[in-house]
Amino acid sequence: MISNELVELSRLQFALTAMYHFLFVPLTLGLSFILAIMESVYVMTGKEIYKDMTRFWGKLFGINFAMGVTTGLTMEFQFGTNWAYYSHYVGDIFGVPLAIEGLMAFFLESTFVGLFFFGWDKMSKLQHLSTTWLLALGTNLSALWILIANAWMQNPVGAEFNYDTMRMELTSFADIFFNPVAQVKFVHTVAAGYVTGSMFVLGISALYLLKHQDVPFARRSFRIASGFGLAAILSVIVLGDESGYTVGEVQRAKLAAIEAEWETEEAPASFTLIGFPNEETRTTDYAIKIPYVLGLIATRSIDEKVDGLDTIRERKRHRIENGMIAYENFQILREDKNNEIAKAIFEKHKVDLGHGLLLKKYTENVVDATPAQIDMAIKDSIPKVAPMFWTFRGMVFCGVLMLFIFAASFYYNMKRDAHNQRWLLKMALWGIPLPWIAGELGWIVAEYGRQPWTIANILPTHLSTSSLTSGQLHGSIAGFFVMYTALLIIELFLMVKYVRLGASSLHTGNYHFEKQGASHV
Amino acid sequence: MFDYETLRIIWWAILVFLICGFAVMDGFDFGIAMLLPFLGKTDDQRRVMLNTIGATWEGSQTWLVTLGGITFGAWSIVYAVLFSGVYAGLLLLLFALFLRPVGFDYRSKLACPKWRSFWDWGLFVGGTVPAVVLSLAAGNLMLGLPFELDGDMRSTYNGGLFELFTPFPLLCVLVGVSLCLMHGATFLHWRTENELAERAQKVIQLSSLAFIALFVLAGVYIAFGVEGYKVTSVIDTNITANPLHKTVEKGIGLWLSNYSTYPLLLLAPLIAMSSALFTPFFSAKGQSAIAFVASSLAMIGAIITAGGSMFPFVLPSSLNAISSLIIWDSSGSHYTLKMLLAATVVFMPIVLGYTIWVYRIMRGKVTVEQIQANQHTLY
Ligand code: HDD
Ligand code: HEM
Ligand code: HEM
Repeated sequence: MISNELVELSRLQFALTAMYHFLFVPLTLGLSFILAIMESVYVMTGKEIYKDMTRFWGKLFGINFAMGVTTGLTMEFQFGTNWAYYSHYVGDIFGVPLAIEGLMAFFLESTFVGLFFFGWDKMSKLQHLSTTWLLALGTNLSALWILIANAWMQNPVGAEFNYDTMRMELTSFADIFFNPVAQVKFVHTVAAGYVTGSMFVLGISALYLLKHQDVPFARRSFRIASGFGLAAILSVIVLGDESGYTVGEVQRAKLAAIEAEWETEEAPASFTLIGFPNEETRTTDYAIKIPYVLGLIATRSIDEKVDGLDTIRERKRHRIENGMIAYENFQILREDKNNEIAKAIFEKHKVDLGHGLLLKKYTENVVDATPAQIDMAIKDSIPKVAPMFWTFRGMVFCGVLMLFIFAASFYYNMKRDAHNQRWLLKMALWGIPLPWIAGELGWIVAEYGRQPWTIANILPTHLSTSSLTSGQLHGSIAGFFVMYTALLIIELFLMVKYVRLGASSLHTGNYHFEKQGASHV
Repeated sequence: MFDYETLRIIWWAILVFLICGFAVMDGFDFGIAMLLPFLGKTDDQRRVMLNTIGATWEGSQTWLVTLGGITFGAWSIVYAVLFSGVYAGLLLLLFALFLRPVGFDYRSKLACPKWRSFWDWGLFVGGTVPAVVLSLAAGNLMLGLPFELDGDMRSTYNGGLFELFTPFPLLCVLVGVSLCLMHGATFLHWRTENELAERAQKVIQLSSLAFIALFVLAGVYIAFGVEGYKVTSVIDTNITANPLHKTVEKGIGLWLSNYSTYPLLLLAPLIAMSSALFTPFFSAKGQSAIAFVASSLAMIGAIITAGGSMFPFVLPSSLNAISSLIIWDSSGSHYTLKMLLAATVVFMPIVLGYTIWVYRIMRGKVTVEQIQANQHTLY
């Protein structure tokens, strides 16, 4: 059997490397669009300052992009290195969006990124502008395909188990493409990227305004960021709602955990604004509740029930019992493909095969599981409430704060008075980390909330790993830790250096440090 | 449209095509990185070298990324077994590759000579280690990897990093490195001038001779010292299949049996050797573009030689020959192969189209004068 330690270490490594990758991803997504907007203004108005803006923010983009590519490489190989059984078991489906992502998106972004930096003097204005747009398109397409893959893990559709090849096989490409979870996820995550890019430009421009460094340059950047950012944060909050949450049992379990809905409430369910979830007593202490809201968010109606954790738990028991039957007949079929009775029973219960596999953590044979083992498997299959509850509220809190910052920036910008609002400029500057915090928390909600599954209701996490040793994992985690820490320090050092220099780093002779005759690099 | 058997052959061909694409496009980037600390005597010269590939190396590397994705989708179990098996080797590859994006982008952002020389060596490692690891892997693939599949298709791997370093794979490393050096130098010779181009010319001559000699040696080794594999049971090539339902035999020289079955395959090694011979010849005559085509053909010839000898094996197992993965029992499902083929047929030509466009825009020699005139914008 696979050791628990190996599974825990594999999860840790994946979580660390994925969250690290996602430090760079959202900035690439957002900034590439902002660059395209800035350059479009340049091409339309012919004002040189917009070209300088594109080039300066482009420099910061480049520093970040290099890290995005570096850390993305890890992700591309990690399914094979650390989740080999997973890769075999669902590669026939999961690998499809990843392959298409390479062909359609990675080639696009990585081919045009070079041209973006080196093509300024070799192309017409319009050609260069198209290059920038294609770069932005590439990054967004890459997000689309990877999120389709990720959404399939949350809500696996369009696939069927084949006991001859011992894996899941694709039955409908359209189903995985139009997976409702994928659509919600794409809009929410990409918009989160735009928020990140906007907050970055807004905050740094605010810094220049506070320091009176290159004010015209900073004001224009601030203006673009506040407009784009307001639209983006509204999309995150309004479109990033839970409409994807009524499909798929795992998504519903997550919702119940997020809301600490211990018991199913009669419709319309209330929303717990804040409180202290208590796993022992299965209650939320000191809860402040708002009536109706949960029902509205989750089901878009006031007369439908929202499943509580108790209901979900009962359903799990039933599915696990079915899963044991499916597993039993599946074993018979492996010995004798033509056993019609076993085939009929298997067909009837096969949707619950995955639930049978949950028991593999406790007994190799599955069919001989004791009631105590079944109870443990049920307990595993419900996400822990407190982490879900708090991470979700952390994300929403960051979102509300940013909504305020963007709205105020937009408002004062319209009044052409933003540069005088020092409190707002300071808030924008100190608010730079917010989108990163929200994004990382969001991923924890999405991914931790999926436990104990890698593929919801199909493949449990503890079966998904490669047959490695804990020693190998210790080695690789240490390696990643050292490499990633060193690279992050270098990246931040360069980033800070170029942010300080601002537009002067372009060496056009028109900006702050050069005009003062101060020394430059 | 296509039956399962045909699709599997097409997908094997696409795999080989992507490997060739990767080798041709990224091979010279690796070669230039290997030569960087040695041919570039001054900072300006090193920058010239870097900027010959500055705008395009990233797209080239994407061939490797896409190769990963395609293997995942169309050959899932190969992706799973190979990557988890050579775990340490893959991490080594990965850590080396990390140094490239940051190396290229960050190196010239500071003027400090220590910083620059640090990244030059970083880029050297980032070009050399992947070439070494990948050729080592190719060599080991021909020997078979020590893995085994159980009834659930879970693979276990019985070996470590150091077991990969045996004589035949090491010979493959020398073949691979000499090819990358020749390919990189040919590109440099094409895109630079004066001193740098002259130094590159010397590298081309030496490495092409080395490649031909090593390549012949490897061929002799395969004929007399390497155990090949052969499927001995009858296989229905048109159905979904479980790898464990076949029998396989091993024997010295079996990797050559495809050459008697398909004599046309002999063209591959012939092209590899003759193209390598022509490369220094054309570049000496100043026909650098043709020389580059020739060295690309040498790459392609060498890869098809290896892949063609192994057909239909993709991943032989030295531990338990029955577990070996062949194209008939390790491919994706019929439907997945069809879907992915559609995507490839649509997007691959588009990718090739814009790649050519980018190379056209960035064409022309990179000179020291250009570097000095663009201190802050070039790499
Ligand atoms: C929502 C967006 C998103 C998410 C969830 C992921 N990525 Fe990513 N990835 C991107 C968005 C992105 C990007 C915006 O396209 C990047 C980031 C910076 C960059 O250079 O491109 C990128 C780069 C990037 C690269 C380098 C591409 C190149 O050479 O140009 C690879 C191989 C991956 N990613 C692979 C993955 C895998 C296997 C993931 C899943 C675990 C993953 N990424 C999650
Ligand atoms: C880049 C953004 C992402 C972040 C920040 C992220 C975060 C995480 C975290 C925190 C975990 C650990 C959960 C746990 O073990 O409790 C995890 C696990 C995992 N995630 Fe993600 N994830 C990201 C994207 C993806 C995508 C796009 C996929 C697939 C396409 C994916 C697949 C997985 C897998 C296979 C695991 C390991 C199995 C598991 O523990 O469930 N992740 N991720
Ligand atoms: C303010 C209201 C917000 C709501 C109601 C909300 C809702 C959600 C929910 C329910 C998830 C879990 C998705 C899943 O389990 O599959 C999620 C994930 C996520 N959130 Fe939010 N979110 C909000 C704000 C934000 C903000 C401001 C950001 C970042 C700028 C953000 C970034 C993310 C990311 C990156 C994920 C993971 C990807 C995904 O699953 O879509 N969210 N969000």
